[in-house]
Amino acid sequence: MLRRGLNRLLGVDERRVDNRTIYIGHQSSLVNEDFIPPKFCDNRIVSSKYTVWNFLPKNLFEQFRRIANFYFLIIFLVQVIVDTPTSPVTSGLPLFFVITVTAIKQGYEDWLRHKADREVNKYQVTVLENGQETPKESENIKVGDIVQVKENETFPCDLILLQSTRDDDTCFVTTASLDGESNHKTHYTVPDIERDLKSLNATIECEQPQPDLYKFNGRMHIYKTNQDPAVRSLGPENLLLKGATLKNTQKICGVAVYTGMETKMALNYQGKSQKRSAVEKSINAFLLVYLCILLSKALVCTTLKYVWQSKPGQDEPWYNKKTQKEKDTNLYLKMFTDFLSFMVLFNFIIPVSMYVTVEMQKFLGSFFITWDKDFFDPEIQEGALVNTSDLNEELGQVEYVFTDKTGTLTQNNMEFIECCIDGFQYKHRGASSELDGFCVTDGPVNKLQQKAGREKEELFLRALCLCHTVQVKESTEQDQREDNLDQVDGLRIDENVLQPPQKERGFIASSPDEIALVKGAMRYGFTFLGLESKTMKILNRNKDVEMYDLLHVLNFDPVRRRMSVIVRSGSGEMLLFCKGADSSIFPRVRQEEVERIRLHVERNATEGYRTLCVAYKRLSEEEYAQADAGLREARLALQDREEKLLAVYNQVETGMSLIGATAVEDRLQEEAAETMEALQRAGMKVWVLTGDKMETAKSTCYACGLFQRKTELLELTVRTLEDGERKREERLHELLGEYHKRAVQDAPPVKAGGTRVCFASNQDYGFIIDGASLSMVLNSSSESNMRSYKDLFLQICQNCTAVLCCRMAPLQKAQIVKMVKSSKGSPITLSIGDGANDVSMILEAHVGIGIKGKEGRQAVRNSDYAIPKLKHLKKLLLAHGHLYYHRIAHLVQYFFYKNLCFILPQFLYQFFCGYSQQPLYDAAYLTMYNICFTSMPILAYSLLEQRISIEDLIEDAALYSENAKNAMLRWGLFLYWTGLGAFHGLVFFFGVRFLFSNPALQDNGQVFGNWSYGTIVFTVLVFTVTLKLALDTRHWTWINHFVIWGSLAFYVFFSFFWGGIIWPFMKQQRLYFVFANMLSSVSAWLVIILLILLSLLPEILLVVLRNPRGPYTRKIAAVTPLSYKHLNEQK
Amino acid sequence: MVKEEEDSSNRPDNTAFTQQRLPAWQPILSAGIVIPGFVLIGLAFIGIGVGLFLTSRDIQVLEMDYTGADGSSPCSVCYNLADKNCVCTMSFSIDSLIKGPVFFYYGLTNYFQNQRRYGVSRDDKQLYGDTSNFASPNSECAPYQYISNVPIVPCGSVANSMFNDTFELFKNVNGQSLPVPLDGKGIAWWTDYNVKFQNPNVTPLINAFNGTVRPPFWSKNVYELDTTDASNNGFINQDFLVWMRRAALPDFRKLYRRITDGDYSAGLPAGNYSLKIHYNYPVNGFGGKKKVVFSNVSWMGGKNEFLGIAYLVIGSLCVVMSVVMLIVYAKFKFPEDN
Repeated sequence: MLRRGLNRLLGVDERRVDNRTIYIGHQSSLVNEDFIPPKFCDNRIVSSKYTVWNFLPKNLFEQFRRIANFYFLIIFLVQVIVDTPTSPVTSGLPLFFVITVTAIKQGYEDWLRHKADREVNKYQVTVLENGQETPKESENIKVGDIVQVKENETFPCDLILLQSTRDDDTCFVTTASLDGESNHKTHYTVPDIERDLKSLNATIECEQPQPDLYKFNGRMHIYKTNQDPAVRSLGPENLLLKGATLKNTQKICGVAVYTGMETKMALNYQGKSQKRSAVEKSINAFLLVYLCILLSKALVCTTLKYVWQSKPGQDEPWYNKKTQKEKDTNLYLKMFTDFLSFMVLFNFIIPVSMYVTVEMQKFLGSFFITWDKDFFDPEIQEGALVNTSDLNEELGQVEYVFTDKTGTLTQNNMEFIECCIDGFQYKHRGASSELDGFCVTDGPVNKLQQKAGREKEELFLRALCLCHTVQVKESTEQDQREDNLDQVDGLRIDENVLQPPQKERGFIASSPDEIALVKGAMRYGFTFLGLESKTMKILNRNKDVEMYDLLHVLNFDPVRRRMSVIVRSGSGEMLLFCKGADSSIFPRVRQEEVERIRLHVERNATEGYRTLCVAYKRLSEEEYAQADAGLREARLALQDREEKLLAVYNQVETGMSLIGATAVEDRLQEEAAETMEALQRAGMKVWVLTGDKMETAKSTCYACGLFQRKTELLELTVRTLEDGERKREERLHELLGEYHKRAVQDAPPVKAGGTRVCFASNQDYGFIIDGASLSMVLNSSSESNMRSYKDLFLQICQNCTAVLCCRMAPLQKAQIVKMVKSSKGSPITLSIGDGANDVSMILEAHVGIGIKGKEGRQAVRNSDYAIPKLKHLKKLLLAHGHLYYHRIAHLVQYFFYKNLCFILPQFLYQFFCGYSQQPLYDAAYLTMYNICFTSMPILAYSLLEQRISIEDLIEDAALYSENAKNAMLRWGLFLYWTGLGAFHGLVFFFGVRFLFSNPALQDNGQVFGNWSYGTIVFTVLVFTVTLKLALDTRHWTWINHFVIWGSLAFYVFFSFFWGGIIWPFMKQQRLYFVFANMLSSVSAWLVIILLILLSLLPEILLVVLRNPRGPYTRKIAAVTPLSYKHLNEQK
Repeated sequence: MVKEEEDSSNRPDNTAFTQQRLPAWQPILSAGIVIPGFVLIGLAFIGIGVGLFLTSRDIQVLEMDYTGADGSSPCSVCYNLADKNCVCTMSFSIDSLIKGPVFFYYGLTNYFQNQRRYGVSRDDKQLYGDTSNFASPNSECAPYQYISNVPIVPCGSVANSMFNDTFELFKNVNGQSLPVPLDGKGIAWWTDYNVKFQNPNVTPLINAFNGTVRPPFWSKNVYELDTTDASNNGFINQDFLVWMRRAALPDFRKLYRRITDGDYSAGLPAGNYSLKIHYNYPVNGFGGKKKVVFSNVSWMGGKNEFLGIAYLVIGSLCVVMSVVMLIVYAKFKFPEDN
């Protein structure tokens, strides 16, 4: 009741939610008095994060949300407010530096985004206002505006096509940058509307914006004077999407229905959220541990201080009277400030400099990717591009690779490879350079003329020329050039030699392999000249033009998987040509013909070619008449039209005779198969996510070795779901259960973890799913089912070597990535793609990689890394990723280690100085330790270290899985490092403590004071920590030598310098000649040497004892001198 | 190899650095290096250890507690400092010659010279002779910054609490007490004496201290610390310098005098001695102890067993390790090589 009442109250709003009404050209005459112009968003695209005004507060807020920055801010404030042992400058300056640098970097990045937005938003478009062409900036387009778009322009917003310059009221578009399909698609104008748009008086009612690219529902009401308004229904075929490009049509006009952030493209575009690497998460976890250590240290010290002070005489001995102010302070407040003081004293355990070093390492390290000449592609004259350096190490952690197909795995460039006529194989000379071994078994593969009967040949070629829906393109200069560019150079030259250039023609078809077939026939002498009013013209070998009347086209559909044409030849013969997938043709032809062809077809299929079989049938007049009648009747049927048509098709396409088969190759990217194989051997799982058809995608998977011959395919597609008579839902349930049983339960239990090599298991499974089925799995009607389906699906997929998802909308791709990302163990995912349709998944995955392909720059712009070719992925992951991960993981562990053994002596010293927060080290040492003395060696290490040489990493992909699952930042290793740090800290402190049991350390009997104590500990510390790194360094370049020995020398030099001058601005000259005096003491020398050696002894032992038995160390040792030699030879 | 000529601006530089192909040296800690290395280091350490141990054993130390807290000591009368200028005498005998030069230390225990507040309570500018800080001492000196608005020089807790017991040593020869000359020079760091601490450039020195007051604990002014020797007076008084260098640990000793002159240049001969102590320094409040130490030193400084033992232990550890490694390698490595 209440609800209904509310609904009534909110009725107006509700209507707005369901539908939107658009007044074409803002016709005011339609607007009745109570009309409130609906508010739509403008056509501005906003991808930037900040404005000038909110930059400072928003950026600061975001930066201080980082746990580390916040921590340093707190420490800084404590130092300002409370009387602490160290000055606020020691922590304030580095923090200020870090914040400023980050803000500048982020500001610059946002400025670039602003610039890109402005470029899009200020783009000049033509809008028809009252029939007048007015130029407008793209951002000013409003819903209802009539926009005019010229050929090769992209649509500035989602438009309903009203008018086209083409005669047949159609236009062609490519949606390459939307869904990756680069073929031309035909869109239709709204039927029966005035040619003069000025007088058009209509409204459009359509649904609210939604991201599905292939769905659109709407109605157009056309008002004519003195007539009832006519209603036309609108579908996706009338809608031109923003981002698509107009092709082969001079000009169109359309009315804007969705603008700006409401366009389907923008809705499919997900906001760029900041990605955090797994390493960063580990850092944060470690940080928390160290924070706990810090807090407990401060707590212990504070407690002990007050326990100690409660003993008589300790609180305020006569020699150390308190000031009046101290005496007056409340006890609890004193405790609290003491606690804070201890925090400040020990805060160096969490070093601000680690963040600086990590940032520097990432920033500088990413240059090695940009500099890598192996990533340089001479074709586009570009190398790799790094958009975010935050994720370098993530490249070494990838477990799932999601790849786009079109343009990424393949070049999207179909080519006719061979055909088989009547069991004889024909291979075009020069079309493919490699010689196939298997040709021999079929007999010689030679010239066309020596093979099957001429009659059969010509029949086959005629079939190729006739059985298609290709149109000849009215060629213009520009198109030809484009065409040329599309081809691979070598091939182009071949064809030019074979045919005079004027015979070049462009073809347009909905599927690129149809074009390939027609072009293939052209090579053998049969040229399709075009379709003119139901007559197909063919130029045959003898340069005669043959004419065929096109009587019927039995369209292709994915269920039948074949298409046919019925033509009447010049001689009046009725012919039916049919081509289709082998599985759909073989049952419809005479069986004795099948065997001869089957062999070829199967072999071609396993080669990864897309195979089609061609059959024909002569129709007698009666047969034709019957078929004709059946077809006409079915076409006019109002109910169950589809089913009826299907029945007639099936009836007509029987009793054919097989004439041959074709093999078309969608050329793979260079080294696609090798790359995929390497990725799989490195323990990564490859999923192919494509918007393309299943058959095509499957053959690509075979071609690049993702599916092998022995791979058992589990299909979950609309086709398999519609097999039975039962409802899809039930069938889905059944199939999922069955596949799960096969792939998961019956499969031999495999070790979890990344070390598994997929090829080892005895049965490979491949999983295929399409978009419709996926949405059923993900959005199942009942909540409980949904969860279990999702789990089942994930489990099946995880046990498959490769997964193919076809017919995916861009957002679905992201959904899949998200699903895997959030599955158990939260694996690291990588998406790679080249088109705008891949943007959402590139953004969703942990690492997004763009390919600098032909389909625009959206993918590259939104990616984290961009590479020119797929093949570069191998080196990027196996070599760069591995090394980066190793480097940064070591960097992180080392940083925590070195700060623990830095601060631990200072903590221990509190037990000997009455818990008075007396720093052990001088302030200069405290500040410089992380900034100068120990920062450069680790930075150099983290930039240059190559534990295993790059060549070996690329060669032996299995090495990649060594680092899987964040192996170097596990808690075990962290504990090891922490233990090491604690051990070193104890050694440093107590070694010197025992030495100081008699502070007379010089041969002149003079004694050393507290600063000498600290300086000895600090000297041991700096040397040990640096030499520890030296022990870990496996790749000593001159830079490492320079930096390691240099920083030790710098430390010595600095200490002399710092202690050699009375600094006028300093209140206290604590270190005056302390260092020099220390060096004059033999005991100090001896203890320094002793403690350094004692600290490193376990390390050396470990290295030595581990060396001979480690799995790869032998290899490392064996190959490194080799690679060194290589280099010398190259020079 | 063909060098490609058509270089474009986009092409990455083909240098060893950018391609991560810098010539590199790979250190391999193989058994052949490590085992002999360990043996060598071990032997060297054992050698040094033996040397240190023997040296340390040869150092003679005579340590005496004179706190007087337990009542049996001759100084117990002075323990509570009821009497100003309390003097007590300790007698002791030396069985054999303590080789010279002999160093005379005083020691304090449970005395936290390394307290932070205590440690910062000083004004190094004052002590550098900067008279501008005489009038307004560093605020860190509180509560020894001013006494009723008159600045304290030298200000601060450290200076205020300067050790003020004095000692006189006598050798008893045939019932006579012959004073042993004590040398108060060369007990502080050379740089402290010559650079870090300086008297204000005013003559006479006393004029520089007009308008200031001495630290409340002190019985004489800083310019009266050693009226006999101008080069040991004021801020550069060596006892003062020794005190101002804060000890690292709560139990510490500081150099008081050297015994180098005259008959004692060879050391303190065997015999009976008496030490006359001017007992001024209170330690009863915080339960500390006071002691005097006579010791000679070697090239390694004062007596310290730790270093020698540590060297011996680590050295033998290295040798043992090398043996263990040899066994490990013999078992695992060599068969693999064949």
